[in-house]
Amino acid sequence: MKTLSSWGRLTKQSHDVLALAPAIASGSLPLATQPAIPFGMGRSYGDTALNAGGPVWATSNLDSLLQFDTKTGILICEPGVLLRDIQRCGVAQGWMLPVTPGTQMATVGGAIANDVHGKNHHVFGTFGEHVLQIKLLRTDGILITCSPQQNVDYFSATVGGIGLTGVIIEATLQLRKVAGPWLESETIPYGNVEEFFALTRESESDWEYTVSWIDCLAGHGGRGLFMRANHSSESVGPVPAKRVRSFPVVPPVSIVNKLSLRAFNNAYFYLNRAKRGRRLEHYQPFFYPLDNVQHWNRMYGPKGFYQYQCVIPGQYSSAATQAMLDAIARSGQGSFLAVLKTFAERPEVGMLSFPREGATLALDFPNHGAETEKLFQCLDAIVLEAGGRIYLGKDARMPRAVFEAGYPRLVEFLSYRDPGISSEMSRRLMGF
Amino acid sequence: MSEHKKIVIIGATSAIATHAARIWAQRGRAEFVLLGRDASRLNRVAEDLKARGAQNSAQTLVMNFTDPEEIQRVVKQVVSDRAADIVLIAHGSLGDQQRAQRDLAYAQDELMANGVSAVLFAEAFAAALESVGRGTLAVIGSVAGDRGRKSHYVYGAAKGLVTRYVQGLQHRFAGSAIKVVLIKPGPTETPMTAALVANGLKAAPVDEVAQSMIAAIDRGTSEAYVPGKWRVIMMVIRHLPRFVFNKMNI
Repeated sequence: MKTLSSWGRLTKQSHDVLALAPAIASGSLPLATQPAIPFGMGRSYGDTALNAGGPVWATSNLDSLLQFDTKTGILICEPGVLLRDIQRCGVAQGWMLPVTPGTQMATVGGAIANDVHGKNHHVFGTFGEHVLQIKLLRTDGILITCSPQQNVDYFSATVGGIGLTGVIIEATLQLRKVAGPWLESETIPYGNVEEFFALTRESESDWEYTVSWIDCLAGHGGRGLFMRANHSSESVGPVPAKRVRSFPVVPPVSIVNKLSLRAFNNAYFYLNRAKRGRRLEHYQPFFYPLDNVQHWNRMYGPKGFYQYQCVIPGQYSSAATQAMLDAIARSGQGSFLAVLKTFAERPEVGMLSFPREGATLALDFPNHGAETEKLFQCLDAIVLEAGGRIYLGKDARMPRAVFEAGYPRLVEFLSYRDPGISSEMSRRLMGF
Repeated sequence: MSEHKKIVIIGATSAIATHAARIWAQRGRAEFVLLGRDASRLNRVAEDLKARGAQNSAQTLVMNFTDPEEIQRVVKQVVSDRAADIVLIAHGSLGDQQRAQRDLAYAQDELMANGVSAVLFAEAFAAALESVGRGTLAVIGSVAGDRGRKSHYVYGAAKGLVTRYVQGLQHRFAGSAIKVVLIKPGPTETPMTAALVANGLKAAPVDEVAQSMIAAIDRGTSEAYVPGKWRVIMMVIRHLPRFVFNKMNI
């Protein structure tokens, strides 16, 4: 038995870790007496990949690239491959992932199972839109090959299906061409939420990547920093520092608290405002600003933290975002890690995919128990009323009613679940 | 390392070797020769390395690791067209100590696989390196070879054999351009230790171990503990008086 936590570090429970071996492709899953769940790098924030007291299938040994065609950019790989490795080897050969989340330390399997998105949703959509094929091993030993053309229903259930439809043992991805590792980026400070939406509208036609940091204590006046970028064709540029820092210990209490948060936010705003304007930047600091500090999740102390990420449909996005920011500012909770961005209207690949047209707000909250939950209930009410949804890959606590309202294809999804798979999240939100 | 290197890996499907090869593959053009016992696993490693760098080539050779004649023949064949820049001897299996105590044939296999086989490969490559007067030979030993312990002494004895052998080889090549590097990993998260890790063993991530190992190979360090803390830990363990050591359950 081994203690496993997810990125939020809210729980530390022992799990029976069954390491999957490469020979899995021609065999069946290691027998577990109880239902298990696949576990990659543990980068989802809540309980999607946890199964306290029970077994998990660890995919870390399934980390080979199986085939990479540098003419077409089609990569076949195993599910435990890190996005970091794909970016690293890809970029040297003129290719990168079309969609990447804010950490490159996630696995391909996790990226598919959570149908992750990046800062370029309005151009490339979600990770799942670039998956050409999945080989899915079910606990009954049947191997299902699914794609947007073949076994479409299984494909659509598996993309965003939080690991519940089987174990992905192989994925085929379409990469996108790039000239090199550099981006032309620009940072623009903004003074309120309306300005953010105006900047977004103005930027979407000319900029591939758009995202913003928002000061969660500023209320609906919401100052922030808008960042946009395009791939650059420059062949020389700044190289990121090799040195990776690490948050060395878990402090006895969260270092992000009511006293420090205002100082953090001021420092962050003014330091980055000083960097406003255009510059040439390596993809790593732009895509993965937090990856440079290993174990940064320790800063929230032994009780861990929640991330609340929701999406609000476009017609209500401005009003609902302002209402949520007001509620958060009043509570004085939150963190300097707060992101506001928009999603474009695109067909949803997975039955349980999170991104939909609208605005998404993502905020960390140190775990203060009931006080934090009370704030979340206020935010849930706003999300429900606006017809939005909460991201499963981040969630550790949403009530079933909020889940069911946000994911209308749930009933359809349930018929594709593998009966030999179950997680903390599936029991909490689906009852089994 | 921008120039084209020829890297030969014995036991290329072992997790530490695979991760090291990936780091080499990403550094620049490399010509890999991968020796192993299982063709399909070996091909998987070769494909992975080619995918990580289009300029890489990877040749695979399946062979018996304990037959001295076959080892001699294969090593000659491997260096026939071009001398090796780096040879990494990485194969091994952390066997079942209890079984080795009951089953002498099994104990013999373990001693052969972890000790004698590595020495035979090293000796064959030593001759090849000597004939060109340069190159690096790296051998993976283990902290288990530093002092016999009841939990793994058959494995430890084989790794201890490797340690003494490498010392001799280092003495032989002292002052030449041939570097002989002994790597002593502490517990590492690999399929070999999966059962122990699942039972609570604290082990270093294989990627970190591979990186430290490559740093040692780059420098030509004669003996590298990876991660470095094991140098201190093993120094203490080696020097513990017997009356203390014998009370420890390690």
